[in-house]
Amino acid sequence: MIELSEQASTERFMTSRQMAWFRFRRNPAALIGATIVISVTMLAIFAPILSPSPQSAGSFVDFAHRHHPPSAEFWFGTDNVGRDIFTRVIFGYRISLSLVVGVLGFAVPFGVILGLLAGYFGGRTEFIIMRFTDVMLAIPPLAMALAITAVLSPSLVNAMIAITMLWWTWHTRLIFRIVKAQMSEDYVEAAKVAGASHAHIMFKELLPNCISAISVKISLDAGFVILFGAALSFLGLGVHPPTPDLGTMVSTGSEYLPEFWWEALMPGLAILYAILGFNLLGDGLRDMMDVEV
Amino acid sequence: MAFYLAKRTLSLLLVLFGLAILIFIIARIVPGDPARIALGPLATANQVLEMRHEMGLDKPFIVQLWDYLSGLFRGDLGKSFLTSRPVMQDIVGALPATFELVLFTIILQITISIPLGVIAAIYRDTWVDNISRVISLIGVVTPGFVLAIILQLVASYKFQFFPVTGRLDAGIDYEATYTGLLIIDSLIDGRWDVLGDALRHIILPSIALAAAGIGQVMRITRSSMIEVSGRDFIEASRAYGIPERVVRFRYMLRIACVAPLTILGLEFASLIGNAFIVEFVFSWPGIASYGVRTILEKDLNAVIGVVLVSGVFFVVANLTIDIILGFIDPRNRLREGAEK
Repeated sequence: MIELSEQASTERFMTSRQMAWFRFRRNPAALIGATIVISVTMLAIFAPILSPSPQSAGSFVDFAHRHHPPSAEFWFGTDNVGRDIFTRVIFGYRISLSLVVGVLGFAVPFGVILGLLAGYFGGRTEFIIMRFTDVMLAIPPLAMALAITAVLSPSLVNAMIAITMLWWTWHTRLIFRIVKAQMSEDYVEAAKVAGASHAHIMFKELLPNCISAISVKISLDAGFVILFGAALSFLGLGVHPPTPDLGTMVSTGSEYLPEFWWEALMPGLAILYAILGFNLLGDGLRDMMDVEV
Repeated sequence: MAFYLAKRTLSLLLVLFGLAILIFIIARIVPGDPARIALGPLATANQVLEMRHEMGLDKPFIVQLWDYLSGLFRGDLGKSFLTSRPVMQDIVGALPATFELVLFTIILQITISIPLGVIAAIYRDTWVDNISRVISLIGVVTPGFVLAIILQLVASYKFQFFPVTGRLDAGIDYEATYTGLLIIDSLIDGRWDVLGDALRHIILPSIALAAAGIGQVMRITRSSMIEVSGRDFIEASRAYGIPERVVRFRYMLRIACVAPLTILGLEFASLIGNAFIVEFVFSWPGIASYGVRTILEKDLNAVIGVVLVSGVFFVVANLTIDIILGFIDPRNRLREGAEK
């Protein structure tokens, strides 16, 4: 009880931003999440410097060391042609993160703008946009992404396109809900009376109120985009070998189960690690900014 | 209730209609000639022309769309190039296996996640709650195929509790004739050996498939139980001296079930998606295995059919959930009526 009242009295003297940071710092799960995300990003950016054997990232072959179990020299073991799996995991994060940036870079703005339009104008605009969103949501995402990548022939860019085409719907729904609730607020009414343009009200008045929800959603999304991309390449519809990709590594490694278990398990756990990080971070941000997504 | 049902069904039909058109457009605007793709690079120009004619690709777009939609109404999805049989026949053949897996998974999700969520809510903020939090987090962040491989490694290879792949041992001679679901049909026939073997085969894939949903539904059950427990009528019931067990399980749980069931309906889309992966890993002979095979072979008619059928699956599941929710919480159907 004492601790609670102390916290309450501390919070009273802080600005809202300080308070948010205070809450974030007090949340161990969020801190772990942030640490994981930073470590994954750093590994990806400095992959050529940090990896123990950079040549393993390509089509390097070392038959003397094939199927080597995890050891001090090869932390995650080596694969069927003797490449260091740890190195390939680090380079695999590059692919995963560029997928995240590519997908969210297109899907988020698109989804947000549609949500703003539907929520602000209402009526027929809302009907058309939201019904279309419903239709898109009725398609099981992975099935659709599989179909698109298959027809377009498998590659990183096509996987990106396929995931982007399905991802915007969630942002449209989220923003639509928030804007719809904001429309009856006084500040929107005031802006209208003051003669502000539609664009001004949507982007300068309504959008700032959606930013915290969007950032939480992006953080939660990032993990699932990684999962999605890995699932696609696991089925053979993603990046081409010898480019190191986590999903492809799991799928190749699973051919050598159960004997050389690390070849599938280690990249699998690496995917799990990244997803876990983004998820914990997203949950932490949600508690910190106190929004529902 | 009848009005509510009719309205829901109508709006779902609208969604399905939109889905059918959308998939068709996507399949037609792709670069490359579907006839050429179907025949492979070795076919002559004449063969491709013939194929185009046979597939109706030489007709105007609108006519193609009309043919396709009227085909749908007759249950005709065209022919698969991979198996050279009607796509509908292939899908109907693969459907029971998927249906069995998905049904078993959902039963697993409900029977595990709702009780665990209730327990976490009752023992909130104790170690029990913390453990349930960790379990649900692991469930949510573990990719289906990674979990599948871990399960295979531990339960099949290491301890040899469960078979690695398939739906039934090759040595067992059994034809599921009533529903196509091995578990139910073997019960009807009294074939206990088949039942046992089918159960041993289905457990690992359904755990791999259920994990993500279990995590989510558990957390939502917990938070809605906690939310309901603060309401006045619960306090009042307790004050009347109604036994705690009755308050918890008859009054609170009924209301607290609404949110998890809604989520289960939404989760269904990702469930079908993940089924593609899980069926692939466990060589489960269902519609998703068929889908992956035809996708890799660029068998367009079959791909359209599979995506469409999984869309129908999803939409029907959501309708079912809506109906169940209408019974559990009458406000749902009354609210819809009041809007009119």
